[in-house]
Amino acid sequence: MRRTCLSVVGIFLTFFASFAQPALKDPTGYKSRKLTFEEANLVTSYYKQDGNNSAVTGGIGTEKLTDISNSIDVKLTRWGKKDLKHTYDIEVGIDHYTSASSDKINPQTISSASYSDTRFYPSVNWTVENQKKGTTFGAGASLSAEFDYLSFGANINFSKKTNNRSGEFTAKAQAFIDRVSLIYPVELRTNGGGNDREGENNYPGTARNSFSGSLSYSQIMNQRLQIMFIAELIHQQGYLGLPFHRVYFNDNTLHVENLPDTRLKIPVGFRANYFLGDKIVLRSFYRYYHDDWGLNAHTLELESSLKISPFFSITPFYRYYTQSAVDYFAPYKIHTVADKYYTSNYDLSKFNSNFYGAGFRITPPKGVFGIQRINMLELRYGHYTRTNGMKSDIISMNLKFK
Amino acid sequence: MKKTKNKLRLSGNLVAFITVVAMFCSCTTVKEYQKNKLNDGEMTLGARKVQKTEMSFQTYREGASGANGGKTGGGCGCN
Repeated sequence: MRRTCLSVVGIFLTFFASFAQPALKDPTGYKSRKLTFEEANLVTSYYKQDGNNSAVTGGIGTEKLTDISNSIDVKLTRWGKKDLKHTYDIEVGIDHYTSASSDKINPQTISSASYSDTRFYPSVNWTVENQKKGTTFGAGASLSAEFDYLSFGANINFSKKTNNRSGEFTAKAQAFIDRVSLIYPVELRTNGGGNDREGENNYPGTARNSFSGSLSYSQIMNQRLQIMFIAELIHQQGYLGLPFHRVYFNDNTLHVENLPDTRLKIPVGFRANYFLGDKIVLRSFYRYYHDDWGLNAHTLELESSLKISPFFSITPFYRYYTQSAVDYFAPYKIHTVADKYYTSNYDLSKFNSNFYGAGFRITPPKGVFGIQRINMLELRYGHYTRTNGMKSDIISMNLKFK
Repeated sequence: MKKTKNKLRLSGNLVAFITVVAMFCSCTTVKEYQKNKLNDGEMTLGARKVQKTEMSFQTYREGASGANGGKTGGGCGCN
């Protein structure tokens, strides 16, 4: 009797043990076709600048400006037929700025409506990746709207990995069809002035269109080093200045900035990232820029990421930039009536700039602030100075949700 | 003087081209299990998300743009 009972218990336990094995993974590699949330990023920044060469007041006057910028982008994926991976990137951004110089478009008021503005810019991008062939095709559209500027953008791109998956070639084409509202300085308006926004809502507009093509190639050099080359060609046509930029000639007459109606830009860039030892990543970027307005520029960025722990890193950075002036630039009261094109915008003058600061990044295993969904927090501060006196500060934060 | 400048520019370009070719010839094939350092988030060949507004203000305040994943002109009242 005892032997029978023990046998029955043994069979019973054996029966249940067969269900204790972990579930085997589906060997067919089934991928869900449902739209899946991958990640979302919230980026928010506060920017503050000051200087004494405002283009709105002819190359003199305050450049004081603050900007608060917020954007959120959401990445969704789904698997389609033939094992194609579809990725959808939806972004919405909103910037609000206040500017002491824009206020001077109409200096007759104590504080005009031009003192501040809000820009709204949504965009959507889609890519489809064939992991077997190593190819990716994508397309996207964007909109940017602020009081005096409206833009519609579209882009397409194609990428192909090398057979050994260590290199990738990418081609991209982009177009922006923009409209600039012609808000002239109050002294030069033919309607006798008036408020910038109240009762004068139908400003004439004019077109500004930009078309660009870019080619890039990235390559893994070894287990610690990867590099990338990028070359772009940009053609712009239409109204390429800004209608509220004043220019004072040497005869004390006042004019609106007048720039050529075409511009060809050629930037060429190089990136290299190197993992030094086990705790330091060195990131570098160099760009040479040339355009047919006479501007040549060099940019060099160096950044190191110091991994204090697997979840915490510090990233000090430095950026050096130098540019020559465009052919049409001259300071306040230097231009003459003989000049066909003219600007006193110091952003197009000859200068060097230094931008330096540091950031930190945390990716705690239990989530930021103990919230599992918040995967990463990155905070970054930078100070920018130009040799013509303009300086600014910016602090930015990125929260990643997964 | 101009001929000397052009010669220097040509030899500079040639040196850069040879350097690039030499760099590509020194590539080694890295297997997937060896890519742990390359796959680190800090090794991404592009600007960080947190740099978005920095790149934006640089496009407004400087004459050069492009080749960095940011604006190239158009889409804003910038340079």
